[in-house]
This record gives sequence, C-alpha cells and structure tokens, in this order.
Amino acid sequence: MSRPMVELRGIHKSFGPLEVLRGIDLTVLAGQVVVILGPSGSGKSTLLRSINHLEKVNRGYVRIDGELVGYRQVGGRLRELKEREVLRQRTHIGFVFQNFNLFPHLTVLENVVEAPVSAQGRPRREVTEQAVRLLDRVGLAEKSRSYPRQLSGGQQQRVAIARALALEPKVVLFDEPTSALDPELVGEVLDVMRDLARGGTTMIVVTHEVGFAREAADTVVFMDDGRIVEQGPPGQVLDDPQHERTRAFLAKVL
Amino acid sequence: MTAVSDAPASGTRPAQDELRSLTVVPARHPWRWAASAVVAVLLAMALNALITNPAWEWHVVSQYLFYETVLRAVGVTLQLTVLGIVLGFALGTVLALMRLSRSPLLQAVSWGYVWLFRSVPLILQLLFWFNLALLYDRISFGIPFGPAFFDIGTQDLIGPLTAAALGLALHQAAYCAEIVRSGFLSVDQGQLEAATALGIPRRRQIRRILLPQAMRTIIPTAGNEIIGLVKGTSVVYIMAIPELFYQVQIIYARNGRVIALLLVAAIWYLALTTVLSIVQYYVERYYARGAVRVLAPTPWQRIRRALTTLAEARRQRREDHARLAAALDQEAPR
Repeated sequence: MSRPMVELRGIHKSFGPLEVLRGIDLTVLAGQVVVILGPSGSGKSTLLRSINHLEKVNRGYVRIDGELVGYRQVGGRLRELKEREVLRQRTHIGFVFQNFNLFPHLTVLENVVEAPVSAQGRPRREVTEQAVRLLDRVGLAEKSRSYPRQLSGGQQQRVAIARALALEPKVVLFDEPTSALDPELVGEVLDVMRDLARGGTTMIVVTHEVGFAREAADTVVFMDDGRIVEQGPPGQVLDDPQHERTRAFLAKVL
Repeated sequence: MTAVSDAPASGTRPAQDELRSLTVVPARHPWRWAASAVVAVLLAMALNALITNPAWEWHVVSQYLFYETVLRAVGVTLQLTVLGIVLGFALGTVLALMRLSRSPLLQAVSWGYVWLFRSVPLILQLLFWFNLALLYDRISFGIPFGPAFFDIGTQDLIGPLTAAALGLALHQAAYCAEIVRSGFLSVDQGQLEAATALGIPRRRQIRRILLPQAMRTIIPTAGNEIIGLVKGTSVVYIMAIPELFYQVQIIYARNGRVIALLLVAAIWYLALTTVLSIVQYYVERYYARGAVRVLAPTPWQRIRRALTTLAEARRQRREDHARLAAALDQEAPR
C-alpha cells in the first residue's frame, strides 16, 4: 500500500458570509489520480486552490507528503509560515490553471525554465535540458522559441503542464484544464494528462470531462454545496451513484 | 479606361477567360489629389514665409546654435532632465510598491506624498527647495531623535542646481508613482497567481514577471512625462540656473536678437525630444515582444521592404513587356 501524498482534514473556507467549503476530508495516495466532479459553485476550485495555499482556509489543514502546508506545528498551535517558506512548499505542488496563465513576454522555453531556476536554484543548463525533454513529451519540442500568444489554446495548456512538471512536483493540481478550450483542442490536452496518469504522477483534477474521469481516475469525488457527497472508483460513482444529487448532476452532463 | 470599356463595345460579353486577361485599372481619387495639392501649396507658402522673411535672422540662428554657452546650457538641461527622470522614476516605483503593499501606513504615506506633490505647483515647490536654507540652515545625519554623526550647512549641501534637480525629481516622482501603479494594475492578476503557484520568489516575481509586462502600459505615458520634463526644465530659469531657456534669455538681453535666440532654443528642444521619441519607439517595440503575434516592422524595415518591392515590380514589368513583345512577334505572321 503506497503512502498518502495529499491529506485534507476538516477543511472549512468562507468568503465573508458565504461558506464555500464545509468540512472536506480527502486522502490521495502516491500515484493516484483523483477527479473531482460537481456543479459550478460547489467549491471544487476553492478546494484545489486551498491545497497549495493560494486560498487560506479558516479551519482544517492540508498535508503534502506528511508536511503541513502553510503552517508549522509548534506545541499546541499552528504557526503561519513566512511567505518565502510557503513559496518553497508550492514548488512541490504543480498547478495547472483553467486559462493557462503562461507568461506572455517569455518564450515557451523560458516559461518552463523560470521556476526551477529561480525558485529551486537549480543550474540553468540542467533545467533547460529537462525542459526540452518535457516539451518533447507534450509534443511541443519545435515550439520552444515561440511566444505563448503564437500558440493555440491546446498548445498553451500543454506548455503550462510542462511548466508545472519542470518543478518535479509531488502532486499536480488541474483546475478545469480544458474548460477554456475549443472542443477540438480538448483531446490533445487530455491525451497528455492520461499519459501522466499512466506514468504514475499523483494528480487531482477538477473537470467536467466525465470521459476522462472514467478512463484515468482511480477515485472520483462528487462535490456539492461545499461537501463531498460521495467518492469511490469511477465505475461505482459514475455508473451506480448512491446519492440523488450525484444522479441529477450526471444526468445533466452525460 | 480603354481595356475595360472597349470589351463590351464589341457587342458580345467576354467569356471568363477573356476577363482574366484584361488589364485592371485602379480607381481614381480626384479629390484626394486636389486636397494633396492644396496642402502642398500651403506647405510651400509656410516654408517660403520662414525662409525668405529676414526677420527670422537665420544667419544669427546658425551663428548661435552651436555657440559654446548654448551648448553648455543644453548640457545643463539634459542633466536636469536625466536626474529628474531617473530619481523621479526610482522614487515613483518605490511609492507605487508602497501603495500596493498590504501595510496601511505605507499605503497612506504613498497616497499622501502623491497628493501633496501633485497639488502644489512645480514653480512653488522649486522656490521652496531653493530657499530651504531659510527653513533649516543646517542638515544633520545621525540616529533619528538621537545624536548626530555630522551636520552640514544646507546651502553647502544643496546648491541651486541640486535644489532644481531635487525639486524636479520629487515633483516628478508623484506622477511617476501613478504611472508605475497603473502599469502594475494593467497586468492580469492570473500572472502573479501563476508565479506564486510556481513558488517564484517575491522579488523575482516583480522583476521578471510583473514589471516587464507593466512596461507596455508604462512606456507611452512615461514617454509623455520625459518629453514634458525636457521642456519643463525651463521653469528653473526662475532660479537663475544656466539651462537652455535661461541662457538664451541672457544672450538676447545683451544683443537684442530675441526671435533668433528663441528659435535656437526651440530647435534644441525639438532635437532633444526627437531623439527621445525615437528611443521610445524602440523601447516600446522591445516590450511588445510576445504581446503581439507578429511585431510590426520598424520604419527602416518598411522603407527597405518598399524599395525591394518597387525593384521587384519593375523587374516584373520588364519581363511582362518582353513576354508580350515575344507573343506579338509570334502572332504577327498570321
């Protein structure tokens, strides 16, 4: 049995009076692929963003590979970490955004090389070689000198995935990675993600692509109204949902 | 005219193939020609008025344009501009970062600075700096509210030129702060989020991700400010600093050639701003990389391309003629 890579315990998060997450518990084992489904506004993206501390939670904690994210336990209390330390922790957590957020003034290669050099202090030569391999893996080796705006949406998202992988993270979080894409470009991004899943990358994916969940996920989590309604293997959750709300959601998207 | 109107006159509609072989005559624009002619005449009149009227005293202008005191005055103007802009933008960037920081005190101080220095007229501020010695006759350096390590007479530390540069820079900083802040605000929030998610250190985020993208918004307004300052330095003439405008006044007060010397100053201001405008164009182009899919060609590239196309068109025409002549030669015997 492999070790837990991501542990979420009792996560609560409010934006003002609005309670977005109402107590989330989730464990993701090393090498597992977890797909989170749910209607919009159910708190999926907020959950993902609180895993790498882009959102501070009000209650509960996150552990990545045993290490608390954003806090240090000192006796009976949690002491907030300095920004520098949180930034270091984030290098273990890859994040792929819905609208890519590539740096438009840097070339594709510079986008991939930037963080490993400036955040991890690795030698540029070595990182560049690795970046070229990663770009080749997502099928964009010949685009390394292009600027992001010269690429299609699908290509940009594949670069964003390579950029996240360059940090050699322990887990990669995907926040609706195909929602901003034209339908005919969705496939190329999902292909890359499937390839990663097969390669043993630990992944948490928020998406509406039920097909991807069925093929690539080890666990499907269905969220609604800030809670996990049900979770289990894709065959169980997708084909034999126990909950009324899961059934209603699947009836709409399938 | 000929080719198009001749064809239907023959009675039958030309077939598709024949249409393809007809010459294309571009549309005529008589009004455009007329307007161009009018403007050309007006331009010639203006030039004529400038050149032939002896009151402009062009020989005096050329005599004083590279006069030593004038050149030195241009140097002072440049010095004030550079100091004003460099210090102004340095302080302005700090003020912008303070305004965007999460500390309420830093925010308030930054806001207060901009409020104060934007509200008081520049000329008044300059006079305050010039007369600083009346307010504080000695300036000491040491521990705040504690002992001083050394102190120095205000007038020794801040001469008229320093006072002018300081005044211009502090005034400029208020505007620069807002320009830099607008640049930062124009960068998509997702950029910083991505940099944060990648764990890029804070200072590097600003230098490598935020600033280069903000520059696209900053440069055009900054260009305005710099050019404004080149001319704006002329207000320091009230402090009797030998910059360009003050110096030409001194000269024409002595020799009475008012117009010619004002013209000398105008030509120098024009020259300085022209250089700055060209520099701005290229700096803007540098920061546009990645923002547009294909960079527009520079004027030089455009001229070179136009010349090659022209040459190409000529060659093409010569070849067409040769081919036509050959075809006619072949048809002739029939």
